[in-house]
Amino acid sequence: MALQLRRLSLSLAKFQQARHASILTSLPETHELLRKTCRDFAEAELKPNAARFDKEHLYPKEQILKMGELGLMGIVVPEDFGGAGLDYLAYAVAMEEISRGCASAGVIMSAHNSLYLGPILKYGNDQQKKDWVQPFAGGDKIGCFSLSEPGNGSDAGAASTTAVTSPDGGWTLNGTKAWITNGYESEATVVFATTDKSLKHKGISAFVVPKPTQGLSLGKKEDKLGIRGSSTCNLIFEDCHIPKENMLGKPGYGFKIAMSILDGGRIGIAAQALGIGQAALDCAVDYASKRKAFGQPITKLQSIQNKIADMALQLESARLLTWRAAALQDEGRSFIKEAAMAKLAASEAATFISHQAIQILGGMGYVSDMPAERHYRDARITEIYEGTSEIQRLVIAGNVLKEYGV
Amino acid sequence: MSLRILVGVKRVIDYAVKIRVKPDKSGVITEGVKHSMNPFDEIAIEEAVRMKEKKIAKEIVAFSCGPAQCQETLRTALAMGADRGIHVEVAGPQYETLQPLHISKMLAKLAKDEQIDIIIVGKQAIDDDCNQTAQMTAALLDWPQATSASKIEAKDGSLQVVREIDGGLETIKVKLPTVVSADLRLNEPRYATLPNIMKAKKKPIKKLTPKDLGVDVSPRIQIVTVEEPPVRLAGAKVENVDMVVEKLKALGHA
Repeated sequence: MALQLRRLSLSLAKFQQARHASILTSLPETHELLRKTCRDFAEAELKPNAARFDKEHLYPKEQILKMGELGLMGIVVPEDFGGAGLDYLAYAVAMEEISRGCASAGVIMSAHNSLYLGPILKYGNDQQKKDWVQPFAGGDKIGCFSLSEPGNGSDAGAASTTAVTSPDGGWTLNGTKAWITNGYESEATVVFATTDKSLKHKGISAFVVPKPTQGLSLGKKEDKLGIRGSSTCNLIFEDCHIPKENMLGKPGYGFKIAMSILDGGRIGIAAQALGIGQAALDCAVDYASKRKAFGQPITKLQSIQNKIADMALQLESARLLTWRAAALQDEGRSFIKEAAMAKLAASEAATFISHQAIQILGGMGYVSDMPAERHYRDARITEIYEGTSEIQRLVIAGNVLKEYGV
Repeated sequence: MSLRILVGVKRVIDYAVKIRVKPDKSGVITEGVKHSMNPFDEIAIEEAVRMKEKKIAKEIVAFSCGPAQCQETLRTALAMGADRGIHVEVAGPQYETLQPLHISKMLAKLAKDEQIDIIIVGKQAIDDDCNQTAQMTAALLDWPQATSASKIEAKDGSLQVVREIDGGLETIKVKLPTVVSADLRLNEPRYATLPNIMKAKKKPIKKLTPKDLGVDVSPRIQIVTVEEPPVRLAGAKVENVDMVVEKLKALGHA
């Protein structure tokens, strides 16, 4: 039985391999169809509203529901659990198109897919998938991921939120989690808490906590520079009790789960950064083709052409890295280094492109009449969350040195 | 009711693309240019899918004639809800001179072979703007036609169709089988959802040649030249209406 399963998964992997073999030149047909759906949706429903979501700090509830109807809020969730059953390359393509329309909608979709549904799909048992994935794959309920704390972001192993066993076999959580995307709108969260402090980071476990729950309260909504349509807040646990069925995976596996989930989440964020970068490039080229200086559209000027070339180059390079990481993940091969490279490249591309876009627009880039300033503000977070650029460099270096065997 | 609907979908240059004429003036540049399903055909597919959802139709067959890339157009139709596709492959110079009459003959043959009750096509393609295929197909089949439809209601063995005409709206009743052409306000096409895109992969696309349908696609026309429209000249401002008339007379336009 095990041998048959292994043969099946190998042949599936080969099929995936054959299917993704030519992504260097073009996407497979399914992915092109998906890209069209997402792009049409983003143009019609997200782009016209993105400025309003940003200005009014508005959660795009209607649009998220529609995205759910399309299947975007459970992209890689198997059809049996109410998802679209697509692969990670499809996820990357969809994330880029959605983020191109609205970066906030992108991060809401990414946090929900990669960070909430991801761990439960990968490490949950069948009952947990039924309870916490199935009702959350259609867009009407979303979840969030609680790892960072006020005292530790990059240093995730130092988690000080505790989970103590209670007499009924359940757990009581105490502590504060910070910077939680979808904090306000989510109806469940995957939380990481220390179950055995003596084991240090091997004493952290993962749990699913429904919202609302007695003992769980929300901090104030953060007033962020960008992605203002997505809510970010603290989750405060004060003697918050959860039943024993709510532990995700084995005790002490929390850190491992978090790291493995973040690896995949990096591809989602890389794709979000690509979308922001693309939107900024589109805005810059459109403006430059119409703006005249010295008797001609500024697209004819070498300075502007140099910028556009650098912007397009960074974007295309980051996109190829992102697709490669996603394709490796689909083949079931190791993708940790590639995902870190993709996230690093894409986030730095997004900040570079949006910076240059403002420069190309000149004064118009500095005012809210044009979207360039919003892309600039939205891009900035991509270098910080889901692993700072510094952490990505550590991951990449670690993997490269291992490859060299030194 | 359990009708079978045949929908014609054409692969055209995407509406947002800036069209450029080939330097040799033999046609427009299509190589490497973004193509999509003709927007009126999207509306046609959407209407067929809605009829299936209302249980008026039981099967939707999508048809496209053209080069190999038409398969993409058919996949889009399948992803929107069509059940199967038929691709009649015509490529190269023969495709350049393909006319509504050729397509109509194919639709007519398919309608008989596949026992079709309703043929729905877009009212016109955005590349040639012919607005002929529905009318010719109906004539070849000797079926009633309802063109430029903005509303369709099925009522026991016939369709009640509201047509957009120059004078306003005309409501007609057509007996089945019939040919309908879709106008802009008939409906708003749906996005192909991800689950449907996945389902579309399993739906069959049959490949045929024009010969299989007994249709001769040799050219009936010869393209003499294709040129850009003349550059729009600047206008002139005048003081009042009398001066407008004077100017027009002076320029020989009145």
